[in-house]
Amino acid sequence: MSIPIANAVRDIPRSGIRDFFEVVQTMGDVISLGIGEPDFATPWHIREAAIYSLEKGRTGYSSNLGLPRLRRAAADYVHQHFGVRYEALSEVLVSVGVSEAIDIALRAMLNPGDEVLYHEPCYVSYAPSIVLAGGVARAIPTRAEDHFALQAADLEKAITPRTKVLMLNYPNNPTGATMPPEELEKIAAVCVKHDLVVMTDEIYSELTYDGGTHHCIAALPGMKERTVLLHGVSKAFAMTGWRIGFVCAPQELIEAMMKIHQYAILCAPVMGQEAAIEALERGQLSMQNMRREYELRRNYIVRSLNDLGLECFKPRGAFYVFPKITSTGLSSREFSLRLLREKKVAVVPGTAFGPSGEGHVRCSYATALDQIKIAMERIAEFCEELPAGKAAAA
Amino acid sequence: MEALIDLLQKNALTPREDIARMLDMTVEQVDAAIARLEHEGIILGYQAIINREKWDTDVVTAVIEVKITPERDGGFDRIAARIAKFEEVQTCYLMSGGYDLLIVVEAKSLRGVAAFVAEKLSTIEEVQATATHFRLKTYKENGAFHQIDLAPERLAVSP
Repeated sequence: MSIPIANAVRDIPRSGIRDFFEVVQTMGDVISLGIGEPDFATPWHIREAAIYSLEKGRTGYSSNLGLPRLRRAAADYVHQHFGVRYEALSEVLVSVGVSEAIDIALRAMLNPGDEVLYHEPCYVSYAPSIVLAGGVARAIPTRAEDHFALQAADLEKAITPRTKVLMLNYPNNPTGATMPPEELEKIAAVCVKHDLVVMTDEIYSELTYDGGTHHCIAALPGMKERTVLLHGVSKAFAMTGWRIGFVCAPQELIEAMMKIHQYAILCAPVMGQEAAIEALERGQLSMQNMRREYELRRNYIVRSLNDLGLECFKPRGAFYVFPKITSTGLSSREFSLRLLREKKVAVVPGTAFGPSGEGHVRCSYATALDQIKIAMERIAEFCEELPAGKAAAA
Repeated sequence: MEALIDLLQKNALTPREDIARMLDMTVEQVDAAIARLEHEGIILGYQAIINREKWDTDVVTAVIEVKITPERDGGFDRIAARIAKFEEVQTCYLMSGGYDLLIVVEAKSLRGVAAFVAEKLSTIEEVQATATHFRLKTYKENGAFHQIDLAPERLAVSP
């Protein structure tokens, strides 16, 4: 028999990252700048807290919404670092990473045909999650010359009577872009004017550099009641594999999301929740140490890429740079595949993050500096060996 | 300056060119900054951290707790300096708590440490008492692990 596959699923393309990963898998000795997770292991005090919880036998289900203590820790953390106060027991839900939270938030809000806007290049799951939730995904391209910050004018042009939600992600994967506060205020004003819900994925919020602070849209006047704030411990505390995220949102939406979450997931893994409490309550120092390390590597990689003629603005967040590779005369995909085959360096083609990523590649600097250094040397060789006049290799 | 000191503390051999790229400085600026730190005595020296399990040179390390009688003028400083000057003494701290100085001593043999304690340390008039502890094994030293493999496995490409 042929197994039935739902049309909606059949029509969704596989993640471009997944395709690329499979090529990388077949090769040895590859230096990867393609990794979207910290290269640090989870700080020891956090792992140790999880071990302690296992020793204590804390291995059962938690409340559907998550351990009350974790929800309180999350609410306090958000209040302290984002400047917006949520009610721990009614406005916070613990999810299996931000990914699950995106899915259930969209499913809880959308009716078929509702439009969701998102800025592009963006994380690979946004458009498929919208489509799987029955929505219509509409991308708003952002531009390198704006440092990939969403422009209020572009947003306003994209809004139609069916537009219900705007998805935001700053600091941004894959560009490392952050949102200047004055631009964020303009975006907020447009959302209020057109009565949009903002779903903001702030998973990289701690990883903001140059002494800058993160600005959360929920903290702006009139925004808390229309914002779904998504955060988690994965990136800041090097805890990707623990799969713990959380959502802060108005109570009625948390209730709606909880219905889906309780039937589909029941609760986030409890050992991860225990570890997340430790991270949120006592993880600042570890996080700052990692952030300092990322910032040094960012400086290194940005200067190196620019020296090679691969124009790259200095992103102020996350752990990605998104250099322009058009000077090589190659497309994003050609550049990435050839660099992988010829020099064994893995970067991710910008197009994996949407068509507006063409002409760019994503390089992650969540990799040890000695690896980054070799990668830069190999990229330099690669650019030099391209037909003359194409790369402005210095 | 703090970031530069951090980098050098982690790896003093980091090439100056790399430091410059990481700190967004020129190599000349880095050289000048390091020269200044050395000149001002902020950086006192650079050392390798040796794994004694792999490079066993018959060195015996002992940690010695020392109780001393402070002097009316100068407190502990003069005696501490006197003790620190012995070449066996690698480290010397003034401590709070049950004893006054904590010194780390290296010698060629157990007997060497014993001789140091008996002949040099204990004979100093202000030294009231000592307690000597020998090192058996090192797990972590100056932030460096000696045998624990810390490298986690990662996927080669992830979103």
